[in-house]
Amino acid sequence: MSIAFAVIALTTLVAAAVALALRNLIHSALLLIAAWAGIAAFYLWAGAEFVSFAQVLVYVGAISMVVLFAVLLTRRSRDDLAADLPSLQRGFGALLVGGAVLGILLGAVAGTPLATSLKSGPGITARQLGLELAGPHAPALLIVGLILTVSLLGAIVIAAQDPKGGREDAP
Amino acid sequence: MNLGPLHLCLCFSSVLFCIGLVGALSRSSSILVLLGVELMLNAANINFIAFWRYSPANSPALGVVFVLFSIAVAAAEAAVGLALVIAVYRHRRSIRLQDVNELKG
Repeated sequence: MSIAFAVIALTTLVAAAVALALRNLIHSALLLIAAWAGIAAFYLWAGAEFVSFAQVLVYVGAISMVVLFAVLLTRRSRDDLAADLPSLQRGFGALLVGGAVLGILLGAVAGTPLATSLKSGPGITARQLGLELAGPHAPALLIVGLILTVSLLGAIVIAAQDPKGGREDAP
Repeated sequence: MNLGPLHLCLCFSSVLFCIGLVGALSRSSSILVLLGVELMLNAANINFIAFWRYSPANSPALGVVFVLFSIAVAAAEAAVGLALVIAVYRHRRSIRLQDVNELKG
């Protein structure tokens, strides 16, 4: 196992853990961008270059911007960026559940004999991937495009202001 | 016990999944809960890539194709989720999950 994997994994895990433990939402979002970039580096290390670039485009580029805008649009005053830290009971319960799930997962992984055989050659080329996507997976590709269109239209409809200021959906 | 590279990748994704799980369960800001769910999705994608890379299966691109579709669906989910957060904020002037509990039994 290479040093590179250890560095990537440690950076990603530490960034993710610190991000979900901070009070300031902007700091959390920025650290999560670092975690997503670390995951993209993992894909690059594993030989899936196209997925790595997709991860950078979608997560590091797009979702991070949406998250930052959501944080900025949902604050009550200029300085209101702090989220409550969890209460002791709730944090303890969450840690208990997470630790139990982690124990189960790690036990299952460590106890399973997995036949590993590194693929020969440098992963998959973009040409091969394009042929796969346009050939046997073309219906799925079309359906994903449809899902994206519908969900983005739905997001606009949900988040849009009512221009007439109608009272029917006021709280 | 002999841990190969596939085991280490799976352990990495398991720890990332549990970090996301603890975040989603413990924090009360709905944006952070959504980000925890995104981390869990990413951990699942790491599993796909690890199995694609190290398993002896003969399909050359199945894991990569699946991860691409998964990323697309996750992007749609994040867009709708954050739009919902903004809609809730407009009604409640708050994004704390404790303030949005009308349906609590």
